[in-house]
Amino acid sequence: MQNSDIIKIENLTKRFHMGEGDFTALRNINLAFGKGEFTGLVGPSGSGKTTLLNIIGSLDNPTEGKAIVLGNSVSELTHKQSAVLRNFHIGFIFQTYNLLSVYTVFDNVEFALLLQKHTVTERQKMVMEALDWVGLADKAKSKPAQLSGGECQRVSIARAMVKRPEIVLADEPSANLDAANSHHIIQTMKKLNRELNTTFIFATHDEKVMLYLDRIIHLKDGMVEKDELVPESKTKSHVSL
Amino acid sequence: MIKFLFKGILNDKSRSLLPAIVVGLGVALTVLLHGWITGALGDSIEMNASFNSGHVKVMSRAYARDDAQMPNDLALLGADPLVSKLKNDYPDLDWVRRIRFSGLIDFPDEKGETRAQGPVIGWAIDLFSPGSTEIVRFKLQGAILNGKLPSKPGEALITSDFASKFKVKPGDSFTLFGTTMDGGMAFRNFIVAGTVRFGSSVVDRGAVIADITDIRKALGMEDAAGEIPGYFKDGGYNDTKATALMNDFNKKYQADKDEYAPEMIRLRDQGGMAEYLDIANAMGAIMVFVFVMAMSIVLWNAGLLGGLRRYSEFGIRLALGEEKKHIYRTLLYEGLLIGTIGSVVGTLVGLSASYYLQVVGLDMGDMMQRSTLMMPTLVRTRITPAAFYIGFIPGVFSMVLGNALAGIAIYKRNTAQLFKELEV
Ligand SMILES: Nc1ncnc2c1ncn2[C@@H]1O[C@H](COP(=O)(O)OP(=O)(O)OP(=O)(O)O)[C@@H](O)[C@H]1O
Ligand SMILES: [Mg+2]
Repeated sequence: MQNSDIIKIENLTKRFHMGEGDFTALRNINLAFGKGEFTGLVGPSGSGKTTLLNIIGSLDNPTEGKAIVLGNSVSELTHKQSAVLRNFHIGFIFQTYNLLSVYTVFDNVEFALLLQKHTVTERQKMVMEALDWVGLADKAKSKPAQLSGGECQRVSIARAMVKRPEIVLADEPSANLDAANSHHIIQTMKKLNRELNTTFIFATHDEKVMLYLDRIIHLKDGMVEKDELVPESKTKSHVSL
Repeated sequence: MIKFLFKGILNDKSRSLLPAIVVGLGVALTVLLHGWITGALGDSIEMNASFNSGHVKVMSRAYARDDAQMPNDLALLGADPLVSKLKNDYPDLDWVRRIRFSGLIDFPDEKGETRAQGPVIGWAIDLFSPGSTEIVRFKLQGAILNGKLPSKPGEALITSDFASKFKVKPGDSFTLFGTTMDGGMAFRNFIVAGTVRFGSSVVDRGAVIADITDIRKALGMEDAAGEIPGYFKDGGYNDTKATALMNDFNKKYQADKDEYAPEMIRLRDQGGMAEYLDIANAMGAIMVFVFVMAMSIVLWNAGLLGGLRRYSEFGIRLALGEEKKHIYRTLLYEGLLIGTIGSVVGTLVGLSASYYLQVVGLDMGDMMQRSTLMMPTLVRTRITPAAFYIGFIPGVFSMVLGNALAGIAIYKRNTAQLFKELEV
């Protein structure tokens, strides 16, 4: 597994300054994520899930230790380099979708490609393909306000996937969705994980999501409590796809 | 990317509409106000130049000291050869002879006895020589209300207020009483060829326009002229050229200590004109300055509000891997786009309004009843080339500046907080 690790977390500690004294959100974390993993960070509220995703996503820096993402040590990247890393290699999926409301579904998905300076025809092709993956090709011209929550989240999956990143970070992607929609979007992501060999890392406490994970990392009080691989037979992945 | 921004501007009215309206209004007002002031000042300066000051003016030194009194006893003698010399030395200007005078006008009844009498100021100008530029300069054709231009000696024009006050019509005769060059009493009979209205109450109150040959005879001023104004043939007054000209001319007479030696002064040197010119020149800069300041502050605030509203948008874009610098730059582009749209519309509106007021004019006669300045009562805006950019450039600039100031907030944004901020 060593060589195919695309994310390595080494002795990582994250402290936040709080009024007087510090608050330690992550303590001495050591983790590695391989290509094509479908992994969840699971744990009670405040256990540090989002904080860890933040650091992997190069949005924040570790206080101690290292986070090495695709060979880049996050704390050593400039603002520009970490922007490039996110733009080309990391997709984000948020609990609240965070689509740009004044733009169409197509425009929202296209945005990352604009930053990457693809040509119009390339963009057209890639965006429609991504919308196809999530089954929303017919909604390309709609505005987010005209979509259901589940559809919005699928648009944001398309937005994360359109650039075919190595890594997708999803923070509570199902928290605002009902059961049917939750299953639907997780299945969509699982399918893309299979087909494109994209590494997915979730932060979640949703049991429905956990059903599909093939690795579950339990966090508690900023520490890794348990890191378990879920046997293939136990995951829902093959069942419902 | 520009297209992306453009879509955002079009779809998000609150991002574009208010700033565009602010810019458009500001630009339109600037263009109109600029046209208005240029028109009012310009017409006023031009009218003064035409009637009184010339672009430059040659008089005897003694006359020049007191020229508002029109002291014709101090007039230049040998004016005709002097004009020839001026024409020869300075062919870029049109040199004309004039006598300005004051006197008494007397309208007789059928029996030849005084029916009405009043004080009058007069312009003796060249009405009859072929190629005389004075008729055009005084806009006489357009000023005629009744009758026609004088066509032979002994005919004169009187202003309309005068004509209506004394119930005079073309064809009537009158006697002009004045003072000869050497202090004697002068009078001469004229026939009213026409009545005129120049649109400046100072002149229209009571003036006579007659040919200089007639007045020379009447006032015993053969070969003399009170004033020799010169006009740049290629257009308006030019301070630099006028100054050079004046210095050159006056140098020739430096050695001559005679009170009656000719002296040249500029338009700027005459009653109140310096202020006019300075205001006219500085106005563009002043207006642009005020405009940019006011607009930028408004737009800065609009930008700050927009920035608050678009907080999560910028957050998402940062998360998706857009650099802060890039977001900031797109804000500037947005400012450029909105500023350009607002400024184009504003300039068009301002130009239309200016054009309307240029054609129709606004009668300020009631407000200028008592005015002693020579200023047309019908104020017209004037569209100069500056009107096309005086609002436009500051409009775009202030919009971009507003966004540039507001956008600084982007650099203060901490990416580590993005997930948290975007979760709510
Ligand atoms: N910027 C910050 N400043 C101070 N404390 C912070 C900051 N960010 C996170 N924390 C703290 O770190 C701890 C971990 O937060 P984190 O958001 O990672 O939890 P989480 O596991 O994602 O929780 P949840 O399930 O509620 O989203 C929390 O106690 C939180 O209050
Ligand atoms: Mg969280």
